Amino acid sequence: MADVALRDVVKRFDEVEAVRNISLNIPDSEFVVLVGPSGCGKSTTLRMIAGLEEVTEGEILIGGNVVNDVPPKDRDIAMVFQNYALYPHMTVFENMSFGLRLRRTPKAEIRARVEQAAKILDITELLDRRPKQLSGGQRQRVAMGRAIVRNPKVFLFDEPLSNLDAKLRVQMRTEIKRVHQKVKTTTVYVTHDQVEAMTLADRVVVMNGGRIEQIGRPHDLYHRPKTHFVAGFIGSPAMNFLPARLQPNGEALMLRLSPELAFPVPPAHAARYRPSVGKDLIFGLRPEHITEPRGEERDPRYEFSMTVDVIEPMGMETMVFFTVHGKEVCARVEPTAAKPPGQPIRLYANLNHMHLIDPATESVL
Amino acid sequence: MVDIVRRYPGQLAKPAFQRRAGMRQFVRRRTTIAFLMCLPLIVIVAGLIIYPALYSIFLATLNKAQTRFLGLGNFSYLLSRDTFWMVIEQSAIFALTAVFFKALIGLVTAHLVNNLPSKGQRKWRGMLLVPWVIPLALSTLGWWWLFDPTHSAFNWLIRGFGGTDVPWLSDPYWARFSVILVNVWYGAPFFLIMYLAALKSVPEQLYEAAQIDGANAWQRFLHITLPMMQNIIAITVLFSLIVTFANFDIVQIMTAGGPRNMTHVFATYAFLLGIRSGDLPLGAAVSLFMFPILAVSAVFILRGVRKRGREIG
Repeated sequence: MADVALRDVVKRFDEVEAVRNISLNIPDSEFVVLVGPSGCGKSTTLRMIAGLEEVTEGEILIGGNVVNDVPPKDRDIAMVFQNYALYPHMTVFENMSFGLRLRRTPKAEIRARVEQAAKILDITELLDRRPKQLSGGQRQRVAMGRAIVRNPKVFLFDEPLSNLDAKLRVQMRTEIKRVHQKVKTTTVYVTHDQVEAMTLADRVVVMNGGRIEQIGRPHDLYHRPKTHFVAGFIGSPAMNFLPARLQPNGEALMLRLSPELAFPVPPAHAARYRPSVGKDLIFGLRPEHITEPRGEERDPRYEFSMTVDVIEPMGMETMVFFTVHGKEVCARVEPTAAKPPGQPIRLYANLNHMHLIDPATESVL
Repeated sequence: MVDIVRRYPGQLAKPAFQRRAGMRQFVRRRTTIAFLMCLPLIVIVAGLIIYPALYSIFLATLNKAQTRFLGLGNFSYLLSRDTFWMVIEQSAIFALTAVFFKALIGLVTAHLVNNLPSKGQRKWRGMLLVPWVIPLALSTLGWWWLFDPTHSAFNWLIRGFGGTDVPWLSDPYWARFSVILVNVWYGAPFFLIMYLAALKSVPEQLYEAAQIDGANAWQRFLHITLPMMQNIIAITVLFSLIVTFANFDIVQIMTAGGPRNMTHVFATYAFLLGIRSGDLPLGAAVSLFMFPILAVSAVFILRGVRKRGREIG
């Protein structure tokens, strides 16, 4: 096991800068997820750590050693690919033992290590089969087995669950987490699925346009996003954004969202937001913080009525969509509180969880 | 589409208008249309391949004047002749050596071309295909001039370096070497293009996974490239083996089987006996000897291809 560090890493493909000056420290045993939309540079970053792409500028360190010029085979890493990259002409056993055979590991040890890894992943009965005879989930396990069996310093996962159906993806997500808890190897995992990132990671690195937008624990990213992008990217359904303006109201502040809709800013936030009075801002509030009025101690000033546009029943809760000043907003209400489209609904905005974003800098105030 | 027509016991024959409708339906069936569209090809194959093949089997059982049935007499006569055994040996040496070198050169050049930057690749591919594109009789004549003992470019070069003339086509062993060389020159581009296509179909991620598993370039070739290309290699080798065993043009133009019958292959020897010597039945018998050899190798190679196809998918 080893720590991984990226120092001012840049990757250019001809004129295109895919990764722009990123720095990241991943301590030993940590599970880090790189997440972001397609083309944000996350896979390129992973491939640079693996040694499959050259670093244009900067340094990559594994276990304290600069590995920029070290070929992949000497970096002591293992990688799980999106399409598994299992050798189709080899059996599962041969696939898993390939790396060990190349390193001339004694046969008895190879068998022991493969069998142990197969036991962890529950694929013992598949060892004599070829990849063609396996289901997507089984192939995924074999790909993981091939990584585990080498006992590498670092695991790299490149969107390993993308090819699986939704149910299997959830199962395998748990499986990956369980395996990491057992083997405790430093892991860098790339995905575009923020749910995967949130559920698996010790720390999440949100990337956008080749840059790191924010690094943090899943809880911090969710509740304390630093940028407009992170606030919108993390969370499903996504955070609601509305143009807003702060107005002084005596000692307090009023948040105006439309000519008809305005809320007092909770006193806890007022001091922080006071310098932004009069500026054009973006107001952000997650759907779960717009609900039907609940509890006895709620403040009636945060209650409002809207006409329902669309409802999406999810079972445990119902998503209610309505429009504020031409912008669509989503609320998360109890199924019994939901109203059919076209009907008015009484809602409550919990502004204790509000975010204000400066559109000029795209940063959260 | 279901093409089954059932008539149940007790069912009466259909009236005329129903029969006409049934006929229309039969003509409109996809299988009927497919068969009708293939019919011209079937007729050509039957006329130009199946009929001559069956006729040559019949011919091989007759005497020289084609007046008497000899059974396997021509075959037993051939097997008792030293020259024929030499032709078998020479054909085997010619085909196996030429196919081996064609496959080897094809594989190496395919790798080299595959590793070229994509911009220059097309140019090289085109240039390397030239030997295969030029009409064989024409290019073989060119080689024949190059091998000419007194005016040849090769001997001129050797003399330039202080060596002595090489009897390229008049010494039996140099003649064997020369016809094999020309066959390799002509056939290697076919292997190149087939192997290049096979190389491009190997997923890049397999190489990346092998790299991460610790494989160096040679190990990647041995454990990934070769097994992934095994089927293409087997099919091209089989195809080339058939074509090379049956080769006629190169040997006929360059040596006509000489000197001392030492470069004859089945096709040229069959031509010599059947056309030049006027013994068509004996010539037919020679040409039929190729069939069991190629059929057996085809069965084994194709069985391997099917097995690997099932395993790898």
